[in-house]
Amino acid sequence: MINQGIVNVSYIIATILFILALGGLSNQETARRGNWYGIIGMAIALLATIFSENVTANYDKLIIALLVGGTIGLILARRVQMTQMPELVAILHSLVGLAAVAVGFANFMDPGRLLHYTGVELTIHDIETYIGVLIGAVTFSGSVIAFGKLSGRISGNPLILPARHWLNLLLLLGSIYYGYEFVQQSVEGGGLNPLIIMTVLALLFGIHMVMAIGGADMPVVVSMLNSYSGWAASATGFMLGNDLLIVTGALVGSSGAILSYIMCRAMNRKFLAVIAGGFGTESGAAAKGGGEDQGEVVPVEALETAGMLAGAKEVMIIPGYGMAVAQAQHTVFEITRTLREKGVNVRFGIHPVAGRMPGHMNVLLAEAKVPYDIVYEMDEINEDFPDVDVSVVIGANDIVNPSAQTDPDSPIAGMPVLECWKGTTSIVLKRSMATGYAGVQNPLFFLDNTRMLFGDAKATLDEVLKAL
Amino acid sequence: MKIGVPREIHAGEQRVATTPDVASQLIKLGYSVAIEAGAGAAAKFPDSEYEAAGCEVLPKAKDVWKQSDIILKVRAPEQGEEKKLRSDQALVSLIMPGQNPELLDTLTKSGGTALAMDMVPRISRAQKMDVLSSMANIAGYRAVVEASQHFGRFFTGQITAAGRIPPATVLVIGAGVAGLSAIGAAKSMGAIVRSFDTRPEVKEQVESMDAEFLMLDFKDDEDGSGEGGYAKVMSDEFIAAEMALFAEQAKEVDIIITTALIPGKPAPRLITAEHVELMKEGSVIVDLAAETGGNCELTVPGEVVVKHGVTIIGYTDLPSRLATQASQLYATNLRHLLSDMTPEKDGQLVVDFEDEVVRGATICRDGETTYPPPAPKISAAPPKPAEEPAPAAVKEEKKPSVAGPIIGMVVGGLALLGLGAVAPPSFMAHFTVFVLACFVGYMVIWNVTAALHTPLMSVTNAISSIIIIGALLQISSEENVIMWIAIVTAGITAVNIAGGFAVTRRMLDMFRK
Repeated sequence: MINQGIVNVSYIIATILFILALGGLSNQETARRGNWYGIIGMAIALLATIFSENVTANYDKLIIALLVGGTIGLILARRVQMTQMPELVAILHSLVGLAAVAVGFANFMDPGRLLHYTGVELTIHDIETYIGVLIGAVTFSGSVIAFGKLSGRISGNPLILPARHWLNLLLLLGSIYYGYEFVQQSVEGGGLNPLIIMTVLALLFGIHMVMAIGGADMPVVVSMLNSYSGWAASATGFMLGNDLLIVTGALVGSSGAILSYIMCRAMNRKFLAVIAGGFGTESGAAAKGGGEDQGEVVPVEALETAGMLAGAKEVMIIPGYGMAVAQAQHTVFEITRTLREKGVNVRFGIHPVAGRMPGHMNVLLAEAKVPYDIVYEMDEINEDFPDVDVSVVIGANDIVNPSAQTDPDSPIAGMPVLECWKGTTSIVLKRSMATGYAGVQNPLFFLDNTRMLFGDAKATLDEVLKAL
Repeated sequence: MKIGVPREIHAGEQRVATTPDVASQLIKLGYSVAIEAGAGAAAKFPDSEYEAAGCEVLPKAKDVWKQSDIILKVRAPEQGEEKKLRSDQALVSLIMPGQNPELLDTLTKSGGTALAMDMVPRISRAQKMDVLSSMANIAGYRAVVEASQHFGRFFTGQITAAGRIPPATVLVIGAGVAGLSAIGAAKSMGAIVRSFDTRPEVKEQVESMDAEFLMLDFKDDEDGSGEGGYAKVMSDEFIAAEMALFAEQAKEVDIIITTALIPGKPAPRLITAEHVELMKEGSVIVDLAAETGGNCELTVPGEVVVKHGVTIIGYTDLPSRLATQASQLYATNLRHLLSDMTPEKDGQLVVDFEDEVVRGATICRDGETTYPPPAPKISAAPPKPAEEPAPAAVKEEKKPSVAGPIIGMVVGGLALLGLGAVAPPSFMAHFTVFVLACFVGYMVIWNVTAALHTPLMSVTNAISSIIIIGALLQISSEENVIMWIAIVTAGITAVNIAGGFAVTRRMLDMFRK
C-alpha cells in the first residue's frame, strides 16, 4: 500500500513519459524509444493505481482480467496484416469508447457519489459523467461501424437517409433534453433512465454518422474517432477528478483532431462537410465532368512497362488504396530493389490521404522493407516531377487527378494532388476505367504521356518483375 | 481476310509497311498476312523473320496483289500499281489525295476502297495511328544527324588541353513534332538550341525541352494556330518581323533546321538567299519541307547543295534513311488503325463512316470519291478558358476568414468566463490542466512525421486506455454490479493496452533505412 502523494508523483511521471512517447514519433530513429516510454508510463500508472489505497480487494479477478485482455491484445497485434491496420485501430477505438461508457455507468451507480458531492459540484460531476458516457457511446458505435466498413463487412458506400441533418439535430436536442432530466433526477438519487436513453441515442448517432461516410473519407473518420476516444478519456478524468486521465485524454484528443485536420486539408474539404457525409451528392459538376468525351487511353503491356522502367533514370512510385487491396507492396519492393541495383533512382510519393488511414501507405511500404528514406511526402516531392522519367501510379485515382488544379467546377477542385503528369511518362495500374471515389473522371488517363496497365496490381506487377 | 504487303518500288525507299512483330499481331486479329519476298530487306527485316511470325512469303508482287483483300503500303501507289487495285480490295498507304488528284481519280474508278494514312484526322483518339507525327519525329531526329554529318565541328562544347571547343548553336524553325524531335536530338548532342514558331502555345513545349523560344517583337498577338494543330498563313507585317528575326539569327547560328509546313499549301519561304549569305562559312541548313517546295529559297529537293559556303540539305526521304525504326512505327500505326477497324477481331475489315477517323482516312469507296472529309474540329492545343477561372475561385474563399476567428475567439472567451463564474475551484484546477494538455498535445503532434501517422494512431490508442484507471478505482467496490463492470472494463482496456503498444512496436520495427 503506497500513499496518495507517491501515486500522484507516479501519475506525473506517467504523464511526462506519454508526452515523450508522442514526441518520439517525430522521426523514425526515436520512435522505437518513444514507444518504450509509453509502455513504461502505462506500467507505472497501472502499478501505482493497483497498489494505492483505492484498490483494496478483488486482486485475483483483476489479474485474471488483465491477463486475459492482455493476451487477446498481443495475439491481435501479432496476427494482424498490415493492410488491416485501419480495421484494428478502429476496433481498438471502440474498446476505449466502451470502457468510457462502462466507467461512467459504474461511477454513477456508486452510492458513495452522493456523499462526496453536493450542490454545484454534484451538478458539474453529473454533467461530466453524462458527457463522458455520451462521447464514449458515440466513439463505440461509430468505431464498430467504421470497423465494419473498413473490413468490408458493411458496404463502403455512404448510406444517406432522407433528412439526415434533421435526424442528427433531433438526436442532439434529445441528448441535451435528457441531460437536463438526468441532472434534475440525479439530485434525488434517480437518473438512471435518462442516462440509458441518452446512451441509446448516442449509439444511434455514432452509427448514423459513420454510415453516411464513404470509403475514401475513412482516413478522416478514423482519426476523428481517435480524437473522440481521447476526449472520452478526458471526460472520464474530469468525472474521477484524475489529472492523468485528463492530460492523456487531451493529448490523444488533440492528436486525433490534428490528424483529421491534416486529412481534410489534403482533400481540400471542410471537416464538417466530411462529417456531414455523402460526398458528391450535391454537386452536379461530377456528372458533367464524367460525361465529356476525353479521348482515348493508350494501354500498355507488362513487358513494355518493364522496358520503360529499366530504361529510366528517375522513377516515382505513387501507391494508393489499390496497392493495399491487391497486397502488392512486396512485389513493389522487389521491383524497387531490382531497379535500384540497376542504378535507377526509385522514390515513392505518398499523398496524405492515400489509403484508408493516415500514414497507411508508409506502414505498408515499411512492411515490405522499403527503406523509409526513399519514401517522400507529397509536399517534399511534388516539385521534382518534371525530372521524373517514369511515374508508376498503383491503384490511385483522385490523388493524381489534374482536374483538381485545372477545373474549378470539379468536386475535388483545389485538392492538392501529386503532379505526376509533369513527368515524362506516367504508367497507371488500374483494374478498369471506373472513376475513383469522388466519381470524377481523371483526365490524366487520357494524356499523351500516360500509359494504362490494366489488371490486378499484384498480378501485373509480378509480370513486370519477371520481365525485369 | 488476307493482308498483302508488296515491296516498295519507289526509288530509294527502304521502308516496309509491316514488320514481323506487327504481322504476328495482325494475325492475332484474325487476318492472314502475305508479304512479297525481300520487302523488308532494306529495313533489315529478312524474309525468315516474317515466316517465323506466321506470314506467307510470295515471290512476286503480282501474286501479292492478286491474292490479298487488303494491301498495305508506305508510299502512294505509282508506276502502274494504282491500276492493280480491284473493286473488292482495300488499299492502306500514304496517298496525299490533295496533291495527287489524278491518282485519286484512278483509285476511285477502280471501285476499291482506299485509306490515306496522311488523312487520319489529328484528334487525340487517333494519335496512335498518326503516321505523319511518327514520320515527322524520325525526320526531325535524322535532320540533326544529317546536319552533324555535314557540319565540321562538335555539337557540344568542351574545354580540352588542345583548346576550347565552342558548342554549336542550332535554330529550329517550326516546333511541331519534327521540330521538337530535332530540338531533343540536338540538345542531347550538347548543342545550344533555339526555336521559333508562329503558334505561341508551343512556347511551353519548347522550353520544357530546355531550348530557348524566340519571341517576335510584334504588336498584335497574332496567333498562328490553325485548324487541326497546324499553323496557318500569317499576315504581311508578321512575316516582315519574322524575316528580320531570321536575318539576325542567321548571323549567329551554325545550323538551321526548318520544319514549317502549312497543310495543302506550298511550304512558306522563310530563309531567303540573303539570309544564306549572312550565315557563317561551313554552316548547315536542313530543309524538312523540301518536298513541298522548301522553306529555304536555295533548297534543291532530294539533294545536298553548297551555296555561299553553306551546305543546304534538301533530302525528302529522311524517314526512309532510318528505315528500321520508321517501318516499325509506321507498321504500328497501321496496326492500330486496322485493329480499330476490326471490332470483332475476326479478320473482317469494317469501313464505318460513323467513325471520325475512318471517315477522314477513306478517300474513295465503291467508285465514289469521299475526299475531302468534313473538317476536323478539335485542336491539338488545350482549350484555353479552362485555366483562367481558377485564381478567382480561390480569392472568394479567403474573404470571410478575417471575421471568423475573431468571432470564434470572442465566443470562446465568453464561454470560458461564464464557466469560471459558476464552476467550483476544484473543477477549474482540472480545467487548467486540461487546457494546457491540449496545447502540449498540439505542439507535440505537429512535429510527428507524416510517415508515422499510423503508429501515432495506434500508440495514442494504447495510451488512451489509461481510462483503465477509472475501472481500477471501482474494482474494489462492494457492489457486485459495479465490481463486475469494472473487471470487464479492465479486461477490454487491457486488450487495448497490450494490442496498441505491441502493434506499434511491430510497425516501428519495420521502418528501416
